[in-house]
This record gives sequence, C-alpha cells and structure tokens, in this order.
Amino acid sequence: MTPLLSAPGKMAAVQDGPMELDTEKETKPEILSDGTSKLSGNAASGTLSSSPLTAGGAPKQEDQQTLIAVLQFLRRNKLSESVEILRREAGLEDQEDSQTLDGSGGGKGDRDGGEANSLLSRVSITSAAAPQSTLTPITVKRANEQLDVSVVLSAYSQQGDPSLYQVYYSGLKNFIESVLDCHRAELSQLFYPLFVHMYLELVYNNHENEAKAFFEKFGGDQECYYQDDLRVLCGLTKKEHLKGNEVLLDFRTSRFVLRISRDSYQLLKRHLQERHNNQIWNIIQEHLYIDIFDGMPRSKSQIDSMSGSFAGEARREVNKVKVFHGLLKEPEIEVPLDDEEDEAENEEGKPKKKKTKKDSMGSKSKKQDPNAPQQNRIPLPELKDSDKLDKIMYMKESTKRIRLGPENLPSICFYSFLNAYQGLTAVDFTDDSSLLAGGFADSTVRIWSVTPKKLRKVKSAGELNLIDKESDDVLERIMDEKTASESKILCGHSGPVYSVSFSPDRNYLLSSSEDGTVRLWSLQTFTCLVGYKGHNYPVWDTHFSPFGYYFVSGGHDRVARLWATDHYQPLRIFAGHLADVTCTRFHPNSNYVATGSTDRTIRLWDVLNGNCVRIFTGHKGPVHSLAFSPNGKFLASGSTDGRVLLWDIGHGLMIGELKGHTDTIYALKFSRDGEILASGSMDNTVRLWDSTKAFDDVETDDFTAATGHIHLPDNSQELLLGTYHSKSTPVTHLHFTRRNLLLAAGGYSSQ
Amino acid sequence: MAEERRQKLCSVILPTESMKAMAESVGVGSLQEDSCLALSEEVSYRIKEIAQDALKFMHHGKRRKLTTGDIDHALKLKNVEPLYGFQSQEFIPFRFASGGGRELHFYEEKEVDLSDIINTPLPRVPLDVSLKAHWLSIDGVQPAIPENPPPVPKEQQKTDSTEPLKAVKPGQEEEGSIQTKGQGASSAEVKGKEKMRMKPRSTHELSVEQQLYYKEITEACVGSCEAKRAVCVCVCSQGPKFKEFCLALFIRCNIMNSKYTTKHLLFPLHELIPAVVTCIVSKQLCLRPDVDNHWALRDFAARLMAQSCKTFSTTTNNIQSRITKTFTKALLDDKTQWTTRYGCIAGLAELGHDVIKTLIIPRLSVEGARIKAVMDGPVVSNIDKIGADHVQSLLLKHCASVVAKTRPLPDMVDQYKVDYGYLGTMLCSHVVKARAQAAFQAQTVNRTTLTITQPRPTLSVSQSGLSTSSGSRAPSIIKVPSSLTLMSTRPGTPTQPSPPATKYIVMATSAGAASTQQVITLSSSQSGSPVTSTVPSTPTSLQPLVKLESGNTGAVSGSRPLQKYIVVSLPSSSSSLENKSSSVLPSSTSPISMESAVKLERSESPAANTQSH
Repeated sequence: MTPLLSAPGKMAAVQDGPMELDTEKETKPEILSDGTSKLSGNAASGTLSSSPLTAGGAPKQEDQQTLIAVLQFLRRNKLSESVEILRREAGLEDQEDSQTLDGSGGGKGDRDGGEANSLLSRVSITSAAAPQSTLTPITVKRANEQLDVSVVLSAYSQQGDPSLYQVYYSGLKNFIESVLDCHRAELSQLFYPLFVHMYLELVYNNHENEAKAFFEKFGGDQECYYQDDLRVLCGLTKKEHLKGNEVLLDFRTSRFVLRISRDSYQLLKRHLQERHNNQIWNIIQEHLYIDIFDGMPRSKSQIDSMSGSFAGEARREVNKVKVFHGLLKEPEIEVPLDDEEDEAENEEGKPKKKKTKKDSMGSKSKKQDPNAPQQNRIPLPELKDSDKLDKIMYMKESTKRIRLGPENLPSICFYSFLNAYQGLTAVDFTDDSSLLAGGFADSTVRIWSVTPKKLRKVKSAGELNLIDKESDDVLERIMDEKTASESKILCGHSGPVYSVSFSPDRNYLLSSSEDGTVRLWSLQTFTCLVGYKGHNYPVWDTHFSPFGYYFVSGGHDRVARLWATDHYQPLRIFAGHLADVTCTRFHPNSNYVATGSTDRTIRLWDVLNGNCVRIFTGHKGPVHSLAFSPNGKFLASGSTDGRVLLWDIGHGLMIGELKGHTDTIYALKFSRDGEILASGSMDNTVRLWDSTKAFDDVETDDFTAATGHIHLPDNSQELLLGTYHSKSTPVTHLHFTRRNLLLAAGGYSSQ
Repeated sequence: MAEERRQKLCSVILPTESMKAMAESVGVGSLQEDSCLALSEEVSYRIKEIAQDALKFMHHGKRRKLTTGDIDHALKLKNVEPLYGFQSQEFIPFRFASGGGRELHFYEEKEVDLSDIINTPLPRVPLDVSLKAHWLSIDGVQPAIPENPPPVPKEQQKTDSTEPLKAVKPGQEEEGSIQTKGQGASSAEVKGKEKMRMKPRSTHELSVEQQLYYKEITEACVGSCEAKRAVCVCVCSQGPKFKEFCLALFIRCNIMNSKYTTKHLLFPLHELIPAVVTCIVSKQLCLRPDVDNHWALRDFAARLMAQSCKTFSTTTNNIQSRITKTFTKALLDDKTQWTTRYGCIAGLAELGHDVIKTLIIPRLSVEGARIKAVMDGPVVSNIDKIGADHVQSLLLKHCASVVAKTRPLPDMVDQYKVDYGYLGTMLCSHVVKARAQAAFQAQTVNRTTLTITQPRPTLSVSQSGLSTSSGSRAPSIIKVPSSLTLMSTRPGTPTQPSPPATKYIVMATSAGAASTQQVITLSSSQSGSPVTSTVPSTPTSLQPLVKLESGNTGAVSGSRPLQKYIVVSLPSSSSSLENKSSSVLPSSTSPISMESAVKLERSESPAANTQSH
C-alpha cells in the first residue's frame, strides 16, 4: 500500500520535478507506481502495466550516465544528504533506477516512495499525513518549492558588477551585429535568454534600479513574440517576487535550448574568450543548452519558425525516439448471422481500419503497418456486442462517405447556441453525430439530441424489477418514456466547464471544470458516476481515448494525467510542460497522447511508459487546439496567434504553417479521410485547408528530415480552400460526420 | 524615475498616494513613504500576476472580454477569497472625476427608490439556451440566408462586428430600445433572437467611411452655415455612387427650397421622382405603421412633389399630368390601402385648388362611404382604422377651404349630406369654420398691423410628434441661440428681439399647458440669402425648418398657461419665389386641438393663402 499512499506527494512533486538537469525531462521514466498495476487488471483485458517492455536496456545506459552526472552535481553543490540518498537508492534497487534518478535529479523532487518519505521528514511533514488529504500534496509542494527555489536561485549568487551588465550585453550585441549575415541570425537567438537571465540575476541580487535600467535599455530589442513573457518579466522587480513566480522559476530550472551551427558557436566562443566576458559565458554555460550541429547555419526564417516557445527549441535528440504512429489493426468483426448478408459484403469491400482510408484498397488490412504499435502494447478494452454493432454501422456509413478534396468541399452545418448568456465554453459531438454536449460557464453541462430520437433515462430500480428480462426488446423497455426530451442538463460541477468529451460508445460523457475535477456522467441515467480528483487546479481539457476506457486530462497544474474510468487515481502523470496544459488529445491508436500548453509547446507522450517522445516548438502563443490526422501520421495544432501548424510525428518535424485566422483557433478537425483540415476560430470563421497538399509538399527531403531544418513554403493561400464567416458566432468545435459532413458549433454572441 | 517607468509599456505601478489613502481607510494613520513605496510595488506586482492568470480564464472561457468572474477565479487559484459583489455587467460602472489636481475613479451608487422597483413590470423571463442549425456552406458555397452574413470582404466584416451599422438597421435598433433595459443579459439575448428572425430586408450596406460621410453631409445640410450646405449639396449630388444615399439625404434633410432640389441636386428628374412618389404612396414606410408618424412624411413628400411639378413641369415632360394620373389611378382602385390612399389624396391636394375641385371633391361621397365602412363596421384592424381616420381629416382639411370658396353660402347640413355623403356633416361644419376664419382673419390682419404687402412668411404648423429630439430642448427661445439664429440674419446676435423695423414678432397664445409640442415651420422668401433654417442637428426622419418650443417656456411675457408662438419675419426686397410657397402653405397637419385657441395662427395662414391666389 505504501506506493499508493505516497502517490499524492509524488504527483505534486512532479510539477517542480527536475530542476537543473533537464536531460531527464525528455527521457522521463514512467511515473506509474506499483500501485497502478495493482489497481489494474479487472477491467477489460487489464489496464496498463507498470513494467514496461520497452523501457528495458537502452534507456538504462543513458540513466547510468545521468546518474553519475547527478551525483557530481549534487556533490558540487554540497548536497551530501541527497547524494547519500541517491546512492542508496541507485545501489539498492536497480529497477527503480530511472525513477530515482529522475526524482533526485532536482535534488528534492523525488518521485519514489522511499525517497518521498525521507523528503517528507526533512521538511517536517509527517509521512502519515501525506496520503490522507488532498491538501497534503500542496503543502509538500510548497515545501519543495522553498527548497528548490533557494537552490535554483543560488546559481545566481555569483555575480559580477551590476553596473557592467549593460556593458556586457551591449558588447555582445555589437559583436553579433557585426558578424557575417549567415551567423547573425543564429547568434541573435542568444539575445532573449541572455537578456532574461541577466535581468533576473540583477533582480535576484537586489539591484533593482540596475535591473530596471537594463530592462528599459534592451527590452525593446527582443523578438515580438516574446512580448507576453517580457510583460511578466517587467512586472517583476523584487527578489521576493521571484519566489512565487512559477513561470520564471521554470525559466531558470529548465535550460533554454538553442540550436546553433558549429561555425557560429565557435565564433561566439572565441569572441567571449577574447573579451574575457565571463559573466555571459557563465550564463551560457549554466542556463543555456546549446545544441550544436554541423552544417550550414540556418536562416532567419528557419529559426523564427521554430522559436517562440517558452524554453527555446526542442533538442534534436528528444525527437529521435521511435513513435509507433501507425494504426492498430481493426479487430475482425464477425457479422452476426441475423444481420443482412449484404452487410457482410460491404465489410469485405471496405477498409477495416477505424479511421484512415488513405492506404487501404480493400483486402490489405490484414498486413500489419510497420509503424503500428503492437496490438497489445497497451491493453485495450474488449469489444462489446454493442461496439460491434456500432462498427458495422460505421462501415455501412463509410460506404456512403463523400470523397472530399479541393474540388469537392464539404457542406458545413452550423449549430448556434442561442441565448447562451451562461457562456458556452466547450462542445463535443459523438462520433456518430447523434448527440451534442455543451459545457457552460455556469457549471452546467447540457446534452442535446440532434436526431429526432429523444433522450431517455433508464427507469428507476423499482420499475426495472418489473420488466420481463427475457423479452427481446428489453433494452427498449428499460427506458423511461416519460423522461424523453430533446435535451438534458447535468449539474454537478462548481465552476465553469472547460471541456466535454463523449465516450466512443456514447454511454459516458466526461467533463472537466474550473473546480479541479473531471466528472464522468452516464448517458443512460444522466447522473454523475465519478468525480476524478487530482488536478486541484482548473482542468482545462479532457479527452476520451478512441477505444474508450482511458482518458486524459490536463490543467493549470502543468501536468496531464492519464486515467482509466474505473480508477479513481491517475495511471500516468505526464509532467514536463512549463505552463498550463491547455489541450489534450489521444492518438488514433491510443498509444500516445498529445498535449498543448501555454508554454507554447506541444508534447507527445507515450502512454505505455509515460515518456515524452516529441516536443514541438514553433507556436508563438498558447496552444488551444490539437488534431491528429486519421492515419495517425500527422498532428495539427492551433494557437492564440491564429496560426495552424502541421507536424510530422514520425520525423518530429514541422511541415506546414497555415496562416489566415486572425484570432485564437479553438477547433481543429481532419476530415474522415484526412484530406481536408477544418479550423474554427474566435474570429467567427471556419476555414478549410488542403491537408493532402500540405503534407505532400514537404515530406520528401531527406536532409531536412535528418537535420530538422525545415524550410516552410509560404503557401497558406494556396492551401486555403474556403473561408466561411458566421454572423457573430465564434467557432468552438468542429466535427466531421461519418459521411464527411462538417458540423460546427459555437455560441452566438450578440456583440 | 516614475516618469521613466511610465514610458515602458507595462512597468507602471500604483501611486503611493493610493496606498496612503487605503491605509487611512483601514485606520493606519501615518504610513512611512518607504512603506508606501514598498507596498505599492508589491501590490502592483500581485495585481499584474492576477490579471495574467485571469487572462487564462478568459481564453478558456472562449471570450474576448475579461470579466470579473475571471478575476475571481484567478484569485481562487492563489487561494485568495474572491471579491464578492462585482458581477459582470454590460459595462464597468466606474465613473471618472477630476478636480483640485486629483483624478478619481469611483463607483457610482445611485439611490434607488424602492417603489420604482416594486412597480416596474417584471422583465421578460430570459430564454433558455437553444440550439439552432443552419447551413454555413453547401458543397463549399455559402448560401445567402439570413443566418449567414452578407458576402462582404473580411475587413468590412470586421468593422461591422465592431461598429454595428446602426443607420441601416433602424428597425432592429428600435426594437432593442423598446425592450425594457436593465436585465442586460436577457436584453442582449433578445436582441440576438430578433436579429435571427428578422426578415431579410434590402438594406444598403454603408461602410463606416460612408456613414461618417453621410453624417457629415447631413449635419452640414441641416446646419446653419449656408456656404457649407451649398458645397455639400453640390458634392454629394455629383458622386454617382451616392445616388441612393443622396436620395435618402434629400428626403431626410428637408431641403425644401426648390433651389436646392433643382439647381444643386443634379439628379436627373426621373431618378428623383420615383423616390419622392414612393414616400407619398408607399404602402409601408416604417417598421411600425401604427405608431410612427409616417403621415407627416407623406404630407411632406406630397408638398415636395407639388413643388417639383410646378417648377419642372413643361409641355414636353408633362410631369404634373403624369403624376396626377398616377395618383388618380391609385385612388380609383378599390383595393388601395389606406396609407396609399392617403398619399394619393395628399399628393393631389397639394397640386392646387383646381385639382381638388375636379378630382377630389367628386370622390368625396365614395371615399366617405369607404371611411364609414371602416369606422362603423366591425373592427378589422387598428391600422385600417387609423388610416381611415387620417384620410378623413385630410379630406376635410383640403376640401373645406375649396368648398368654402366655391359653394354658395347657405351651408345646410342636409344639403351637404346629399352632396357629399357620409362626410357631408363634418364637411359642413368645417366649411362654416373656414368661412368664419376667413372673415375673422381679415380683421386680425388689420389689428396686428401685419402688412400684407410684406413678402409672406410662409408658416405652417405641424405636430412635432415625430421630432423626438425636441422633447429635451432648452426651454427658452431667447436663450437658445440656435433657435434664434434661424430667424435672425445675423447669427451672432440672438438676444435682440427687436432689431431693425423689418422684424415681426407674432405671438400666438393658446390655452392649456401645451401638452403637445408645436413646431412652426417657417420659410421666408428672401431674395438674396435663403432662409437660414437651423434645426437641431440630430437627424430625425423629418426636419422642420424652424422649431420653436411650447409656450409654457416662453420668456417674453409671463402669462403662464398660454401658448406662445413667436414668428419673426424678415423683409426682403423682392419676392422672387412667391409662387412656390403656396403649396407649402396649407397647414396640413395642424393639430386639431389648437383650432380654438390659436386664432392668430389660423388667420395668418389662410390670409397668406388668399393672397397668393
């Protein structure tokens, strides 16, 4: 039971987790505790197990190296206690290596049970208190923070003459401006992180006036997409402010990543050494991570397309991990004999894959996609009879699907929510487009039936007893005709509902809210079944796995959590984002989860082991929408900057930029065939993009694939197939029906 | 230091005085300057932090506006008790005041009368959320349905959304204002609803620039500056794009002087006339025919038409006869609506006594029967009744004077009945009155020493029900420069009531506390300088040339309950435009309630009338 009990403490710790040593962040080992595996099992064919098959050999070596590095670091910083603990842990339990490492990487953000205990005792909180209340994690967190902060900040204590900072900086500035054009763009990347660190250093050392002067002098030089951060920064003028500010804490704890060609780097190094400019050199050494590559320096536009994130670009190696982005094989469905025979024929001639049709031409789907994960890589729920019926329906419908393309645009049906003065905040459609759910700022969730079929509750237990259970239409009989109505209201949350998500079988609905909970609702009884607590802060998004059972949620606490509907605690915690997790999506094969964040990055996480397998940078604002292409190869993301970015998951590359929207993009969806991408935005428009062309235009180049230095064609206008304005309705959600009719939804606003 | 900081986009901190004030308000008397500074820095930082968090809630709430709720949630994140009692409203109710070198923002709390609240009717119950589906696009093409915006470029769309085109959607505005304000959310929502169900109307979309232009021009045209007006009229009549716009302007600005209509508005006549005729005979001119006074517009347009006929009618274009034919045809049609019928009669009547005599008087019995059917018959619709009523009074008004002149004296009610049917009785009494007035007026003219040789001031009285702006005008005519300038040739000297001997002040008094606002339309026919008609610049549907306010505010002589009219007439050397004014004369919509009291006014206009003929 111990691992279980310590879980809350661990969760909290994760947020402040790895400090100086970011190397770990990317190769973050699974966070699952042993408790998880104990809990798992009964549902379906078992949930995720905690002993990953793949996390065996290779990662371990890496871990060993990291371990040594950590030990050295700790020793250097005289953290003998941590060294002790780390040693013990590493020595005693080999299997726990990765966890221990990760935990002690920060010196205190321990994840492991035993260490958590020692930590707890250190901050004089009884370990007994840890498991019981949800409050505890916060306390622990705060306590951790205190420690972390002082350690982190202490890095700033060696300082030079504050009055010389301006001289240093402008010296570097002059140098960079004088170098050759090809190097200037690359070296200019240094400005922002250096600027921020120097400013913070001044603030930390109580040189308030120097800091202000410094900011005033150079703040205006920074790239415009850093404006938001600068705004935060300039408000901060006191050492005390630093302590409570998680954003800046993150900035310091995570090293800013720059990608610079070897030539440029040499140039810089030589310059700094000549000038004995140790101040800057120290910052570069300590707070920046310079990812040096051989080859041509990148151009300004290449750099700009990738920068903008909170902590610089992603390191190349983090995106090298193999991602199984292929789709799972559809289970063979035995068409029940009593179903029409033609049904079976249809099935024969039709693709069996759940989503993609791209590469399927009838008889192929037997072959395993080389990029697909093992069928049982993560345990998936078994198909129920009703699921099979639904699949048959799906196949039937897909035969009637309209083939979309630039010449053949979809029709769009727009659902406007009138009188939604409660503030419509979230919308979802069921996969078969029969139900529509809306989340509102007044804490309610409402469900509408958009077909003539009304919503009915199941009869009460007493009445159910009277039903003849043997009758053929028992499923019909259990429904209470008296309750039939077009819409139902679900009350239970105590704050605005920020997202809703239907389960694929249409039996459940998830909603996440400002109140910190995710709730699971039954669409049979229209009551709340479970409230999943854990986030403690507003939960911005939640999303059901395409196979049901699992779901993911992400919130203000900067982590995304993976849950199973029958577990009240998360199975995985995906930690690593430096700011709020604003949106979450499951990969069509359910083995991966994508999260978008306010730190302007997108991360892809492996559900199996909790590792972060991709980091995509390039957005210049918080990411508010994500969509996987139906074939699982691509990801589209939309942000407040009004741009849609397209990513190749396999190669970990940005492959397209779609410009056109003028406001936050809240909705993205690929058509069922993946040929059209629809985006909906706050600017009251739905736009359709030619995704096939966008993907084809780039893909080919081997060199770019190897280096990650893409050169984006500026072809947004060619890719834009249509723009449709609504009168005054921001587009909150988009959905393609099984026949490729596009449904859009949004709340009519009277201004 | 403080100045430096202010320049930076965001490093603004609260003034230390605020800290002091707040400290005092909680009982901390003397706060050190240092403490104040430290406090204000700290507070500023925290406030910024909270604001930044609140922004997140706004984004996730999918709004563009930060609400107080967002702030509350952000406070909650920090484990701080939210501020209760600040609910989002339509606007943030802070008011600004400055004085004594201090600037204050304060929250205005009005005293509320409980009985007002109790007695106000309950607001409409807010509607529940509902779902409405429409086609945003069909096979890639956006259908032109009311739910979709008109196909306009995006830029315009954007300006539309920020600045709703109030001018082109008057109906919507009105409906909105009729709604009881106060329950902000629901009224907004109701408005949205209405927008949804409104019939697609053919509106001329004006860009923001065009609207501004329109406003400028309108103001110039109705303003006091003559030169400006001339320029404006010229300018706007030349732009081919602005045809509709000019027509609208034309109708609206009340540029009645034929001078403008002919010389300056270079419309081809064939474009001008349809617009005017539409104003006369259109079935429906406004959104709410039962409430709005579109009758006045018809009168007005009819007068304009008559004027145009006189000025432009030639043997080749033969406007007058064509117009007459059009009106007559409509009048003879049994199915014609009351509104159109009214317009036809008004149009014909304005064309002169001869026309009345030959075309309207013979129809009196027929029309009488029709009116009777509506008045006495089963209640059909309120609109019909109002229409019939207006037609009746219009007929009586125009016919009475003609009959009085043409019919030999003994006014026998029975005989009238035989001759004119249902209307006979009333007509008879009107004729009697008209005769009496004519007689009385002859005396009055002598008494008031109003020399008839004087170029006639044309004067007509109309009910100002439609000039909504007049309700709140300044009370005294003497004190309001604008009212005076319109009469004085020298706008700068409004307070000289008795300047050169060329001015006349005619006062009319009426009993009763002037419950109806009276408007005197005055146009003087001066040769050189045209009438400076100053009208409040707020555009209403119909602008009178001269507006005076009701008598209980008159400052000249303090007799309370009497209503006064001040008519100032200016001399002019030559009356070149005499002929045109006759059509303006008949005080078409003169309020019936005044009949007894306003003797002077009454006698004045017929006198002028007889003069011209």
